[in-house]
Amino acid sequence: MTVGTMMNAAQMEAIAARHPHLLKGSSSKRIRSILIFAGIALYMIYSWWFFSIGQVLVNANWGIAGTYLADWVSYEVRPDIKIAADGTMQVVYPRFSPLGPNAKPEWVKIETKMVDRTIDVPVATQQVAPKKGSSFSFMAPKSAVGSSAEAGARTETRIEEVVSRATINFNRTTSIDVSDGKVAAKHNGETLLIDLDRSTGVTPEGSLPEWATQKRPGEKITLAFGMTGWADVDVEKISIHNRFPGWANFIFDTNSPFFNKSFGEVASLIVSGDRLDPSRSNLSLAWNNILYNSEWQHLDVWTKLLQTIVMAFVGTLFASIIAFPLCFLAARNITRNGVLNQVTKRFFDFLRSVDMLIWALFFTRAFGPGPLAGMSAIFFTDTGTLGKLYSEALENIDDKQREGVKSVGAAPLAVQRFGVLPQVLPVFASQALYFWESNTRSATIIGAVGAGGIGLKLWEAMRTNSDWENVCYMVILILIVVFIFDSVSNLLRSRLMGQKTH
Amino acid sequence: MAMSALSPTLSDNGALVERHWQELNLRRRTYTFIGLALLVMALSGSLWFANATNAGKFLDRLPYFFDFVGDLVPRDGAEIGRAMFDLPSPYDDGSLKYNYPEGRLYLTDTFYVPEYFYKMLETLNIAIFSTIFGMFFGFILCFFAARNLMPNPWVRGLVRRLMEILRAFPEVVIAGFFLAILSLGPIPAMIAVSIHTVGALGKLFFEVVENADMKPDEGLRAAGGNWIERVWFGIVPQVLPNFMSYFLLRLEINVRASTIIGAVGGGGIGEPLRLSISQGHEAKTLAIIILLFSTIIAVDQFSAWLRRRLVGDQAFQLAQ
Repeated sequence: MTVGTMMNAAQMEAIAARHPHLLKGSSSKRIRSILIFAGIALYMIYSWWFFSIGQVLVNANWGIAGTYLADWVSYEVRPDIKIAADGTMQVVYPRFSPLGPNAKPEWVKIETKMVDRTIDVPVATQQVAPKKGSSFSFMAPKSAVGSSAEAGARTETRIEEVVSRATINFNRTTSIDVSDGKVAAKHNGETLLIDLDRSTGVTPEGSLPEWATQKRPGEKITLAFGMTGWADVDVEKISIHNRFPGWANFIFDTNSPFFNKSFGEVASLIVSGDRLDPSRSNLSLAWNNILYNSEWQHLDVWTKLLQTIVMAFVGTLFASIIAFPLCFLAARNITRNGVLNQVTKRFFDFLRSVDMLIWALFFTRAFGPGPLAGMSAIFFTDTGTLGKLYSEALENIDDKQREGVKSVGAAPLAVQRFGVLPQVLPVFASQALYFWESNTRSATIIGAVGAGGIGLKLWEAMRTNSDWENVCYMVILILIVVFIFDSVSNLLRSRLMGQKTH
Repeated sequence: MAMSALSPTLSDNGALVERHWQELNLRRRTYTFIGLALLVMALSGSLWFANATNAGKFLDRLPYFFDFVGDLVPRDGAEIGRAMFDLPSPYDDGSLKYNYPEGRLYLTDTFYVPEYFYKMLETLNIAIFSTIFGMFFGFILCFFAARNLMPNPWVRGLVRRLMEILRAFPEVVIAGFFLAILSLGPIPAMIAVSIHTVGALGKLFFEVVENADMKPDEGLRAAGGNWIERVWFGIVPQVLPNFMSYFLLRLEINVRASTIIGAVGGGGIGEPLRLSISQGHEAKTLAIIILLFSTIIAVDQFSAWLRRRLVGDQAFQLAQ
């Protein structure tokens, strides 16, 4: 304790001078690490050029990315306000609107009035008119009423109920009001007035606020309201895209008799209501409507998900069953035959190195698309991987137990059973469980090439670029399954190995 | 039962032990039996379900099981070489099957890279790039997820959940999403594989960090080092060999993953492989398979060699 632990600077320098190799790394080591980093940096620059990443990222359609992402968790309702030449309007919903037919949402306020309208009756209508009623006529029968055999276009006048004013309320601060060829759009306290005129086109009054864009004077104006939606204002048509959070019609689709009913109404219909379909109970009708929901296809999604699970389960189980006896042949301390060891090991390598993709493509040809193909692909690849791992585990066993069993005169099979198996079985089971879990993930991908499971369904939903909410639904299901399997397999493995493993 | 032959000579205590042992044994056997029965039930249910929902039925299709071998027999052996090196075929009838010279990538007027070699290089580059990318971000994230370096459970939990989601999120969805934005090409595949790699490597890395020796860290802390200095000088030198080993393992996995993603819609060798198998172009299929097979073996061998040099024999625990 008499010697102070504090050193002055000179002492420290003296120590540093005496042991330079301890305080400064060897120069070759330093240069090597610098070289490695420089190499990696150079490689990244090369890849950037090789894939022309910068260019692709610049040319990408980032504007649409936001919409696609928003589609995951929300949906749009798209009414169109059509403006006829005489200024009368119509509010039209597309055919597959999530609101179903005869929609009268609260956020669309309509004022109607009765007017005398002069309507052009095109020549074509008159010629088609005699065929009225046949399935080939695409014209509405009403417009042909009163037509005669006169040649040439003509007009007729009748009294009709038309929309004179339409107000779309996106939310409290955002609304679009259309009447008399004028559009008043309000957003965040700003108001934009737009004149619609057939001859001069679309003209804003005053300057455009930030949320409105017009490419050329007279052309359509796009109003972007962020997450609440957007609208295109043109002379003849105003397209409204009103976005709502959530998934539309997740339980019942628009064709179902239970559509648009509250939970209480559905429950009371099921419990005590009259039969909606005389041939079956309301409960079975409701369940059937849920399963065959045309938008969400619950039954199909669940079936495909189960296929994915089954593929991983059966593939891994068979792989471990086949790899189990073979690994004894491959381990050089169990089978003392170099040729046999090498043949088995190379066989494992072969199965492993032919990619799971290649196996999947071949078996899809053999069995047709479906889980059998994916199952076989996982089985073939994993027989190789598990075989390799198992034989490595066998080669690392403690020989003393085996010698002990051998020394009491046990038969060769008993030596393996009591001298080897107890050591490796937990390892084997743990590795099989680990692959079961990781295969559940990879089974999703090979499904996309046709080998069954949810992969193909996911891929198809993505290809249309309009079903992102279905993609989200399937991703959530997959994540749930993966997390459950992850924890089950972790739990089982830590019990098997008697400690936390990864 | 062989033991019971000896039992008459047992004392009271001995009999008690014997009976207890028998009970334990019986219980263990019952559990094993129940477990096996459940497994068999699950297996047969699964098999039935898989067969019922498959396009072709197993027994009907079994005779065609080895049909794919027929897909691999080209007209003559030299065709494989021609397909691989983009040489003109004597059987060329203008169809897609024999148009090997198409797709040559001319570097100069006369020197070209054969199509499949180029595609293979693309796949390899996708894998290497995404592994480096994933290593970089996994490296940064792992220190925030390790219990011994990040005492705040909220940050730790957040980073770990983030890694779990990155890892479990289906790659095919990420690829498909970016395919819609970036249009066709290898970059969606790169993004998908990279994102997955960040999660996977991050998890393996933080487990390594948690097992690191904390004495250097203590020393640095005593000398007044801040958090970054402690990590950089106390932890990183210990864990770097293991990190490199996991990096190489991940590279092996990513070469395979990028092939598969490529087949689904990204660039690289996967797409021509899928097309040639589905169109029945034997020579092309075989050429691609040979290329892929040898590349995968080469990458595996290289990585095994490097890992053995870096961390010795403990490099052979598998991780995915």
